[in-house]
Amino acid sequence: MKILVCISKTPDTTSKIAFTNGNTKFDEAGVTWIINPYDEWYSLVRAIEIKEKDPSTVIHLVTVGASDCEPIIRKALALGGDEAFRINADSSDSFYIAAQIAELAKQNNYDLIFTGKEAIDYNSSAIGGMIAELVDMPYISLATQFDLNANTASVTREIEGGEEVAEINLPLVVSCQKGMAEQRIPNMRGIMAARTKPLKVVEPAAIEALTSIINFELPPAKAGCKMVAADNVPELIRLLHEEAKAF
Amino acid sequence: MSVLIYLDQSDNHIKKSAYEVLTYGSKLAAQLGTSAEALVLGTVADDLASLGKYGVAKVHQVNNENLNHVDAQLYAKIISEAVAQVSASVIVFSQSPTGKSVAARVAARLKAGLVAGAASLPDTSNGFVVRKTVFSGKAFANVSINTPIKVISLNANSISAVAGEGAATVEQMNIAVDASKIKITAVNKITGEIPLSEADIVVSGGRGLKGPENWGVLLDLAKVLGAGTACSRPVGDAHWRPHHEHVGQTGIQVAPNLYIALGISGAIQHLAGVNRSKIMVVINKDPEAPFFKAADYGIVGDLFEIVPQMTAEIKKLKGIA
Repeated sequence: MKILVCISKTPDTTSKIAFTNGNTKFDEAGVTWIINPYDEWYSLVRAIEIKEKDPSTVIHLVTVGASDCEPIIRKALALGGDEAFRINADSSDSFYIAAQIAELAKQNNYDLIFTGKEAIDYNSSAIGGMIAELVDMPYISLATQFDLNANTASVTREIEGGEEVAEINLPLVVSCQKGMAEQRIPNMRGIMAARTKPLKVVEPAAIEALTSIINFELPPAKAGCKMVAADNVPELIRLLHEEAKAF
Repeated sequence: MSVLIYLDQSDNHIKKSAYEVLTYGSKLAAQLGTSAEALVLGTVADDLASLGKYGVAKVHQVNNENLNHVDAQLYAKIISEAVAQVSASVIVFSQSPTGKSVAARVAARLKAGLVAGAASLPDTSNGFVVRKTVFSGKAFANVSINTPIKVISLNANSISAVAGEGAATVEQMNIAVDASKIKITAVNKITGEIPLSEADIVVSGGRGLKGPENWGVLLDLAKVLGAGTACSRPVGDAHWRPHHEHVGQTGIQVAPNLYIALGISGAIQHLAGVNRSKIMVVINKDPEAPFFKAADYGIVGDLFEIVPQMTAEIKKLKGIA
């Protein structure tokens, strides 16, 4: 079994979101970078669990980004990846990123490609579907559970108004969310081992981005919270009904 | 040239999100001086001609029950074929489970630029720039799509569905449907509850409720409001409530008209899942709870006293005995 886990570097969930250069660039000052939680907690850990059950499994990691991605790649290796690829390019365009990963995937014949359900910076939920199309594999999105029986996967996925269980043969691309696995913390042995695991830097393929970010905006500041006294609940309901027209 | 609007369906019915994308797509077509047409895959019991009220001239359908479950690979092929048949230059999806599965595949197949999570109509005064939410609702990005064909996936509750007059022509599309590689072995629809993604009002509970046995006050309020119910991450992790109710950065992101938070402090990770709500109401006994900074209305006090009074007041207002 050969699994590719796609990881993305994102600002920590508590980061202050601000922009510089006339609102064209994310302000990185004071930002702690983490592995996108969906990539780490759900897809990478599930891949590691598959390897724990079948030790012949090989887990490759890939990220598209500059050299400042390397700490998060080392952390992913410490959690349990075998080998990592950093495609040396920086882009906010989903197609560009997916096409770079698809190029790597085409060379390595993966049985499974895992992504997080979305990255917490651009929230597009697009990379998995695009990779699947570019490598011509089936795609199961928003998976909450994943089981393997030889070459057949049984995947529970979120659908409109509920969940369904799909059976499908590998190879396959899956986007992972809560339920797939539980967050882990790398242990000392993993951290030591990660130092010597291969991290290959790959130059990007010639691919054109299809979109570009013009600028960013912060939402308008809230007018402030209107406080109602605890002994005046009817006033709250009146405000919600008459002023906010919420019901 | 046309705008092709993909309509989500489930259990033989068009979903609520479809009316929003119909409105969005029709407005966009008017802006571009072209026609809006809709596409439905699978069998649907609804009167498709009546969707003309939302501004579409034609509703195309591939009426094949093999399409009643989403197979993104199959869907992408069929939708791309439909795009070619109607010469669509913009394809609009909902950023729903189906849209998240399919829109990106269609975009990659057509080498079309994608904006997923769109929040408003494109600015077409100079190019084609779409505003989308980024950083989990904490900011917006204006994204230029630089390809002849464009794909937009619209966030729920970004636009209100507007119904007018008119009927659409319903046309069956002649597109071959391959066998799906996916076999569906079980479907578990959440019944008897309002799906969070479709709820206009969400009532959500946190650790302040102190235990699963206390959820009655929240459920009573949700019932009179016709609201969906949600919870914070610690509540989901403690199994006080089912996992699918967890809203927040790593759970479900919701954007209802009204979000009522009971006993939730409002950690930044929770806010990331709810900050696209139009109106937020916070009931918390801690006046320092960070949620009050993000909220529109608040009461500092004991939720076990306040919430039953809210329920009673709303019953009075709605004339419910």
